[in-house]
Amino acid sequence: MAEPLIELRNVTRRFGSVTAIRDMSFAAHAGEVHCLLGDNGAGKSTLIKTLSGVHTPSEGQMYVDGKPVTFASPRQALDAGIATVFQDLSMIPLMSITRNFFLGREPLKGAWITKRIDMKRADAIVYEELGKIGINVRDPQQAVGTLSGGERQCVAIARAVYHGARVLILDEPTSALGVHQASIVLRYVAQARQRGLAVIFITHNIHHAYPIGDVFTMLNRGRSLGTFRKSEITEKEVLDMMAGGREIRELQQELERFSKSGSGAEAVS
Amino acid sequence: MTDALNPAHPPEPKPVSRNLTRLMRRPELGALTGTILVFLAFGLTAGNSGLFSMAGIANFLQVSAQLGILAAAVALLMIGGEFDLSLGSMIGFASVTIGLCVTQFGLSIPVTVAITFVVAIVVGALNGFLVVRTRLPSFIVTLAGLFILRGLTLAVTRTITGRTQIPYITEGHEGSFVVWLFGGKFGGPVFAWLATHGWIAARPDGSPMVQGLSMSILWWVIVTAFATWLLIKTRFGNWVFAVGGDDRAARNVGVPVDRVKILLFIGTALSATLFAVIQVLESGSADTLRGTQKEFQAIIAAVIGGCLLTGGYGSAIGAMFGALIFGTVEMGIFYTGIDTDWFQVFLGSMLLIAVLVNNYVRRKATEAR
Ligand SMILES: Nc1ncnc2c1ncn2[C@@H]1O[C@H](COP(=O)(O)OP(=O)(O)O)[C@@H](O)[C@H]1O
Ligand SMILES: [Mg+2]
Repeated sequence: MAEPLIELRNVTRRFGSVTAIRDMSFAAHAGEVHCLLGDNGAGKSTLIKTLSGVHTPSEGQMYVDGKPVTFASPRQALDAGIATVFQDLSMIPLMSITRNFFLGREPLKGAWITKRIDMKRADAIVYEELGKIGINVRDPQQAVGTLSGGERQCVAIARAVYHGARVLILDEPTSALGVHQASIVLRYVAQARQRGLAVIFITHNIHHAYPIGDVFTMLNRGRSLGTFRKSEITEKEVLDMMAGGREIRELQQELERFSKSGSGAEAVS
Repeated sequence: MTDALNPAHPPEPKPVSRNLTRLMRRPELGALTGTILVFLAFGLTAGNSGLFSMAGIANFLQVSAQLGILAAAVALLMIGGEFDLSLGSMIGFASVTIGLCVTQFGLSIPVTVAITFVVAIVVGALNGFLVVRTRLPSFIVTLAGLFILRGLTLAVTRTITGRTQIPYITEGHEGSFVVWLFGGKFGGPVFAWLATHGWIAARPDGSPMVQGLSMSILWWVIVTAFATWLLIKTRFGNWVFAVGGDDRAARNVGVPVDRVKILLFIGTALSATLFAVIQVLESGSADTLRGTQKEFQAIIAAVIGGCLLTGGYGSAIGAMFGALIFGTVEMGIFYTGIDTDWFQVFLGSMLLIAVLVNNYVRRKATEAR
């Protein structure tokens, strides 16, 4: 199999005494949607924040194109083509779509004191890029806050793709959305995969993940429960593993206690 | 090109209707309306009081201009999500810096002015640095600055001169270019020409009653135009909106949040210093109490001009209208002989109305359609 675009090997990340992820290995390949599933607190956000340069690993190493890298800031990850759409921290509602779309990468014209944003070109690009994914904005200068949640996610993804992302990390892009809005976003995720991006898709909704995912990694309490290709696992098995992780362990503990007290009873009699 | 393939993608709306909706969405619309109302109100009530005589106009423009210089910088800072309560104290501090440099250390006025602006950059950078480093609300950090700077101003001046005022600063420098540049008047020939034609009030010798307009008005226009250019046209302006709108989101896409904030604090300190230089060179004296309460007046002007207290939204042009409303009402109340106590009542009410209007506009601007 081809070399992964981005890879973590045996990465551990601690926050003080809390170990958010422990000895995680994880790889994402071009043209694949890699779903990251797990309960709240499983370490999903920590994992992607490590990939996107917000956190550095406490132990272990990250690789991009097979080369070891360490990102000191989200900007460095961005420059390496790793773009992250954080759940609600990606768009600034009061700013226009165009200003958001080009934030941090504004197209400029003019020299020295007359150097300014080429707003006309920026507007035209936004209009065209959003048109491609079927979002028709009346005016690219309208505030992002006027868009629906699904549209906002799509704009954030379009922005990442337009600015040359090779790895697209989406943190729960559909969890706040209704069925219709979610399907718009999922369709667009499929489009990004077709373009050859490596997509890392975080969710706890298996109905959103399974239809679109190629590979699934299940997380539980900071540990990987394993990585499976779609052909190796059914939707039900994924569901069992996700939801079951905790409950099954509780069940086991209960059974153990039961058998212990059972053996004690035997000793008395 | 995709339009033909995608029937759900309609042609771009007509520019005219689009420009109209864009205009309706501008943050300064409220302040513009307010300005028109204020002028209408005084136009009806202050007709013969002299408010709208040449001298009256020159007066309220000058008052507005001085506040407007501060308000433009404060608007940028507020859009960037921060406050600078040390602004008024910075004015006093800069004033006595000029006074001491000239009268005690014998420095020339141009050198003194240059030094004072450098001092402002240091103070502003320090404010900004403290805010981004401590992550405390700038409200608190600069409140400390308000007392420290004012105290320092009083202590140093009293220690060196034994007084709290420094007179005779410009004595002997009346012809200096720098004194004219900040403290002089412009438009003299135009006024003389108007007077000879009898279009404005003249003295018996034919020279105009109003010899020209305060240079502060020119500075007001320049500062406002520059701030507007920065905000609307430049990359830095885009970052200011982003930093005030959501600094974590801004950081995530690579905006140098701390640098932007520090630069904005330098901007307010520079505006305070420009204010101080203008006042000192106009009046020829410095006073340790200069600029008292200007920090609040500038915030009020910026808020009337459409700036949100929560950051991320506002305009420098709006702040200009805010300052104009402020200056016109202050002078209007003076000219019409209304008890000036009412000015405070008016200010408070304006502020309240402006905040309510701004919140409404903000809701409208982000409402999903
Ligand atoms: N910045 C942090 N400081 C301290 N603890 C953290 C921090 N980020 C995450 N954690 C802890 O790490 C664990 C995993 O959290 P997280 O990665 O957010 O999980 P998920 O996104 O899967 O819900 C949790 O126990 C959480 O409390
Ligand atoms: Mg999370």
